[in-house]
Amino acid sequence: MLQFIRKTFVIAEFETRKIIHDPTEALMRMVQPALWLLIFGQVFARTHLVPGHNYLDFMTPGILAQSVLFVSIFYGIAVIWERDLGLTHKFLATPTPRTALVLGKALSAGVRSLPLMVIIYIIAALLKVNVIWNPLNLLGVAVMVILGCIFFSTFSLIIACLVKTRERFMGMGQLLTMPLFFASNAIYPIAIMPPWLQVISTGNPLTYMIDGLRFLMIGEKGHLNLFADYGILLGASVALVFIGGILYRKVII
Amino acid sequence: MIIELKQLTKKFKEFTAVDSLTLTIEKGEAFALLGPNGAGKTTVVKMLTTLLPPTSGDASIGGFSIITDANKVRGTVGYVPQMLSVDGTLTGYENLMLFAKLYDIPSKERKQRVHDTLEFMGLTEASVKAVKTYSGGMIRRLEIAQSIVHRPQVLFLDEPTTGLDPIARKVVWEHLAELKKQYDTTILLTTHMMEEADNLCSRVAFMSRGKLVAMGAPEFLKNSLHKENASLEDAFIHYTSETLESSDNFRSISRDRKTEQRVG
Repeated sequence: MLQFIRKTFVIAEFETRKIIHDPTEALMRMVQPALWLLIFGQVFARTHLVPGHNYLDFMTPGILAQSVLFVSIFYGIAVIWERDLGLTHKFLATPTPRTALVLGKALSAGVRSLPLMVIIYIIAALLKVNVIWNPLNLLGVAVMVILGCIFFSTFSLIIACLVKTRERFMGMGQLLTMPLFFASNAIYPIAIMPPWLQVISTGNPLTYMIDGLRFLMIGEKGHLNLFADYGILLGASVALVFIGGILYRKVII
Repeated sequence: MIIELKQLTKKFKEFTAVDSLTLTIEKGEAFALLGPNGAGKTTVVKMLTTLLPPTSGDASIGGFSIITDANKVRGTVGYVPQMLSVDGTLTGYENLMLFAKLYDIPSKERKQRVHDTLEFMGLTEASVKAVKTYSGGMIRRLEIAQSIVHRPQVLFLDEPTTGLDPIARKVVWEHLAELKKQYDTTILLTTHMMEEADNLCSRVAFMSRGKLVAMGAPEFLKNSLHKENASLEDAFIHYTSETLESSDNFRSISRDRKTEQRVG
């Protein structure tokens, strides 16, 4: 277990160093959530889509979760890239638990997502969104972002291990992103969804992530309590890391 | 004996990539697996480095079975794949430190070991630079450094000098010879280059279609043709009954070209 934790942090450390050496990608990723809040949010704030709420307040946690989803869901392409190069072969030839390789990479994807949280809070402040600035809430949001990132990037890694080529992976990524986004409470509440979509959204981990973020960021009581939201994401992530650990070694075959 | 293969077999559906391979390699020996593309050389190395599970048979390295003691085997060997296995964004030092940590080198010794290994491979000065600025030969030396930082008993190299220019190739050969001399490391390499096998290895084995067709010292294999001035390439063609060109397929050509492109 100690070995697993240590190696997970080794992988995460070096992935994080890569971001420090070349932050271009992390900076470019900040543009998309900014556009959603500054353009989409500004327009939809006029519609009074969510009764009793300022729409921008409602949407901000959803956009953070959506940004995490969009960043993480294509993480698997890096796995295929590393496989094509030969790095994966070398990692697998070291005495490192496979699950540590998977979780280490997922954790670093979480670290990569933290700048998204920063930019969203900055824009939220500029747009006078009523976000809670309590340090404990901010910490809770960071944990939720990292957890969400671990879940979706491991999901992405599993897809990469199954489809194995970049072309197929890109197709799968495009296919999954929008349904996951639309079948969640990111930009509209579950209550206004048609019943069939409500059923799907309750099986969507993104919904629980947003539920928790909405409570932590704007204080709106969710469908579940915060610990249930954390618990569901954590449980689902553990299951995926375990499956990812089994499939990761097969990516080279 | 440090490596023992016992009827090692790998099948991919109906295709038998490695067919009941049995051989032993002694400690400190440099051994080359030669064969045309698709002969099964890389599959053998992948099985011995625990990347691929065998379909049947077994092999042991340093007394550890690749099936039942896979993790111990991983700590005993080093592996240099043919493809790029360093990260261009990180510096040479960081690339090496990453593997020093993954190979469980104790924290007290780690820095010194990384410095020693960089020095051994002639990369001390370049170690602070991002690897994307390295030449092909330097990249290959760093890849070898990553695989020897834990002082493995056995080093596997898959076509270590493919795509390198003659000078860089010679430097890599010199370092491998020094590694064998200084640390008594057993080396198993696959190659297309007869000159490489002839220069570096005390024994070579020819593989064809997954089977071992001939094995022995390079001189022995040359002499076995009973032909004046026979080269290792003559012996290779004689035993495998194929030319190097005839057996290439799209996948292997694409892989070789990629390697050549990135180190060239």
